[in-house]
Amino acid sequence: MAAVTETLDTVQSVTQSGYKWGFETTIEMDFAPKGLNEDIIRLISSRKEEPEWMLEWRLKAYAAWLKMEEPQWARVDHPPIDYQDLHYYAAPKKKAGPKSLEEVDPELLKMFEKLGIPLKERALLAGVDPDTVENTQIAVDAVFDSVSVATTFQATLRKSGVIFCPISEAIREHPDLVKQYIGSVVPVADNFFAALNSAVFTDGSFVYIPKGVRCPMELSTYFRINARNTGQFERTLIIAEAGSQVSYLEGCTAPQRDENQLHAAVVELVAMDDARIKYSTVQNWYPGDANGKGGIYNFVTKRGACRGDRSKISWTQVETGSAITWKYPSCVLLGEDSVGEFYSVAVTNNHQQADTGTKMIHVGKGSRSTIISKGISAGHSNNTYRGLVRMLPSATNARNFTQCDSLLIGDQCGAHTVPYIESRNPTAKVEHEATTSKIADDQLFYCRQRGLSEEDAVGLIVNGFCKDVLKELPMEFAVEAQKLLAVSLEGSVG
Amino acid sequence: MNTGATGFLQRYEGLAGRLPGDSALRSAAAAAFKTSGLPGGTQQRRIEAWKYTSLRPVAEADFQPDSAPRHEAETVLAELLLLDAPRVVFADGTLRTDLSVMPPAGFACFADQPDFGTLSWPDREPMVALNTMLARDGAALHVPAGFDAGVVQLVSIATGDGDFHPRHSIRLAKGATLTIVEISAGKGRYLLNTVAEIHVAEGAYLTHIRLQDEAATAFHVSTTYADVATGGTYDSFTLNLGARLSRTEVRVQLSGSGAMVHLNAAQILAGSQHADFTTVVGHAAPGCSSRQTVKNVLAGRSRGVFQGKIEVARIAQKTDGYQMNQALLLSPYAEIDCKPELEIFADDVKCSHGATVGELDAEQMFYLRSRGIPDTEARSILVRAFLAEALDAVADETIRNRLETAVEQWWERQKA
Amino acid sequence: MLEIKGLTASIGDKPILNGVDLTVPPGEVHAIMGPNGAGKSTLGYVLSGREDYTVTGGTVTFNGIDLLDMEPEQRAAAGLFLAFQAPVELPGVNNANFLRTALNAIRRAHGESELDAVQFLKLARAESKRLHMPDDMLKRNVNVGFSGGEKKRNEVLQMAILRPKLAILDETDSGLDIDALKIVADGVNALRGPEFSALVITHHQRLLDYLVPHRVHVLANGRILRSGGPELAKELEKSGYAGMIAEAA
Repeated sequence: MAAVTETLDTVQSVTQSGYKWGFETTIEMDFAPKGLNEDIIRLISSRKEEPEWMLEWRLKAYAAWLKMEEPQWARVDHPPIDYQDLHYYAAPKKKAGPKSLEEVDPELLKMFEKLGIPLKERALLAGVDPDTVENTQIAVDAVFDSVSVATTFQATLRKSGVIFCPISEAIREHPDLVKQYIGSVVPVADNFFAALNSAVFTDGSFVYIPKGVRCPMELSTYFRINARNTGQFERTLIIAEAGSQVSYLEGCTAPQRDENQLHAAVVELVAMDDARIKYSTVQNWYPGDANGKGGIYNFVTKRGACRGDRSKISWTQVETGSAITWKYPSCVLLGEDSVGEFYSVAVTNNHQQADTGTKMIHVGKGSRSTIISKGISAGHSNNTYRGLVRMLPSATNARNFTQCDSLLIGDQCGAHTVPYIESRNPTAKVEHEATTSKIADDQLFYCRQRGLSEEDAVGLIVNGFCKDVLKELPMEFAVEAQKLLAVSLEGSVG
Repeated sequence: MNTGATGFLQRYEGLAGRLPGDSALRSAAAAAFKTSGLPGGTQQRRIEAWKYTSLRPVAEADFQPDSAPRHEAETVLAELLLLDAPRVVFADGTLRTDLSVMPPAGFACFADQPDFGTLSWPDREPMVALNTMLARDGAALHVPAGFDAGVVQLVSIATGDGDFHPRHSIRLAKGATLTIVEISAGKGRYLLNTVAEIHVAEGAYLTHIRLQDEAATAFHVSTTYADVATGGTYDSFTLNLGARLSRTEVRVQLSGSGAMVHLNAAQILAGSQHADFTTVVGHAAPGCSSRQTVKNVLAGRSRGVFQGKIEVARIAQKTDGYQMNQALLLSPYAEIDCKPELEIFADDVKCSHGATVGELDAEQMFYLRSRGIPDTEARSILVRAFLAEALDAVADETIRNRLETAVEQWWERQKA
Repeated sequence: MLEIKGLTASIGDKPILNGVDLTVPPGEVHAIMGPNGAGKSTLGYVLSGREDYTVTGGTVTFNGIDLLDMEPEQRAAAGLFLAFQAPVELPGVNNANFLRTALNAIRRAHGESELDAVQFLKLARAESKRLHMPDDMLKRNVNVGFSGGEKKRNEVLQMAILRPKLAILDETDSGLDIDALKIVADGVNALRGPEFSALVITHHQRLLDYLVPHRVHVLANGRILRSGGPELAKELEKSGYAGMIAEAA
């Protein structure tokens, strides 16, 4: 016990170690005026050279949003957001698509470097001809504030029929696909933030995997909020046709600022018969400082529709950043024997607030879902798991297993579990388990007796606590995620 | 007559000044009720606490509290599974000394000594507001320090189509012991809306058994607030068998170290019955423990609801909280909704909950049948076993046998 | 007593039994041995009517009647008993009540009068005493909190009380120490007689030292590869299955 107390004392004297991704890039920006109205939406749509139907869709969403209220049910507190005090469009002034590395804005390159993106990918991201760069296995789309700045490997992917491009480009180049699927999983008026996103989204990624194609490489997007007073509203749409497979990675960072910034993304996934989509996120938006000043408000709607029989959608998330996280990656399991998975690690420290979880809506016969959620609270933070498992009358022989565990580090934080279980089919089976605990003194002692420092011991135990989730991450992300966990908890255990 | 919240409010206006007790409290409650209305009664903002239960049928019903009883109270009482112990009988919300067998001491009628208590939240709980507004009678059981008051039955019977709002106050002084067996039943299309306030002082032990076997046309709402002091125990078991719609809400505050609460329940429903068991356990002191096993057996088109929240305050280190809820769906039209919730602000705690929902276990069914037991009998054995586990929580064998009998009778009624 | 002809069965799309032929005459004890995954347990489940398995071909007659056409409880009433390899736990179901219900269901099926609680307990106590089992086993919930050995002994006790005509023991010896093994063997031996047969599924020769079989069959890849006298078990103990399977292939 003494050891822990001592550690906690040390902790309190240690200041926030510093958010390593908190730099700001000074690039000349093109801003829309602050505020939100129909004219701004028209401006966004015209800047994006969108067809008329897209503008109408946006305006419809805006009209719905005006009638909606910000949701109050999540366990998060924040001062009212002034939606008129934001820029809804911000883009680097230079035109994307340079011919060589020399033409690329050096600030943009520096940013990629700081983000830890490998050199060759940095070049690719900056738009340098991929043929001159040694091959890598990951195709990357980078979204900088409101626009996608570069997408790599488009040509290679195109050979197998895979479309991976900014959604703004997809709206122009593949309007039929976008028109058919956008808003089909998350309707425009689904919730307050989704409606807002639908009205003002500026960019994001679009992925289309044709029938029977196994995407030849991991697809990845880096999201970055850079500009001040800017909201980021990206929109991602992934369509996996029958028998196809894709693994998609998403990483997010933002500069360190005193004011809060809003991020309200929408991600829609569609999986047809036998298709598999694996969507992994490492969310590391700026969490604010040790006193809770600044940080990103991360209000995200992510939902996948398993439309086909035997289709599978798997969400894996490691949430360490943001001042507030409000996010419930969900699966609507329509197909027979379709599978939904949700693996989550959410770490909150200092004054962070996370309210995250999932919804598994079982419609199809024999549909199965697994929910593994690990919440770690430290400092003065609050960490909530909120989840829904719903078995509809049609979900004969459906199965769900849920395990949510919470770990508290220190006695000033909170850990909460709010599961909803609804079943209307007797053959459906739901099992739910939840536990809350702290790191046991005997575990710590055992590690330290074997020579580990207390900090390393805690890191080890926390990683062990999260193992069931971390092992679901693609290798490239798993290492990063483990480091992030340690960094996020720095200052909480010494 | 005006139905819904308006009807109740008009009645309150009409009775103004004639109701016993604190009129300021009543008018504050009436104001709160006017704002809130009946949960689900009108198109209004969703109340999270009433997510799965709507009192719209209550709002639409036309209660007639002043009409002549349609059945004899004696007849209704005679059908109950009473124990050979003192009993306090309320018929249509009014104390009937002629039907009661009064406990030797410490009993008073609410009408003489109104006690609205200190724990209830009329401003947050619409049905508590309604009760506070209209309560006319109730039991006040105060057990003196160190005294073992044995078993007292608290019986509510209804004989017609009225609405009744009994208000009970139960206080156990230091080291006192009491077992309350609360039985409610009746005939008619009535609403019973009980509020009870319970104080368990240091080292006292209250066992509270609740058998709800209301008429299939009745509404039953019961809200219990309990405060348990250092080393005290509140051990409660609820068996919900009857009523068209029932809501049993229990809010317990463990306010002294080492306090303990058991909130066990079983709900057995058929037809289009709806039963909601909602609990909130607040761990507000260190070293307290809470235990809950809640089982739902749902046949026909019935709907079972369980909402159970465990709150652990920052100060409540070494909390031990456990909750298990299981539901058995016996029909393709039945529905179960569960919301087991943990809200934890202390780090050195052991809190867990588990939930399972499904039908009878196929492997167990096969085992029974492979031993020669026919399908229907095997089902019935497994359902009873499922319930037996819940009833095992009732330590007193006589009382447990009564509850088992009640379950058997329910079972027989379904066959009929 | 039991006659199996060309029995094939699968679980899902996966065939497990690929044409089993086996006859167990009245009064005989037969052992079935074979490597893991041979289909031994499946045979036990298919004979007792577990729904997860689909019979795709062949016939099984039990004392002249078609076994495959019957519900599990009808098979039990007809005198078939399966001692499970891993008996399931029945929380909340009292062992004595469970057994009495089963016994009375079987007696009813035979047009016999039911036993009341007192008569039953007398019988059950006598049987458990004979099998050196503690009385409290009857008071506990079926298999709940039983050790592996206790569960197996409980299966034998049930067999003793239900008095089947054909007992299938699915690896009842696994995980038992020598004393428990003797109890299991004694339980079966006590039932031996002209009207009782047993099919003993086992991995080890050891049980067969105490429960000497008339015939030993080797089941592999869903078929009976070889049959022989008790000496076959001893041979297997020495040489293993691999050679025999290779030879048969």
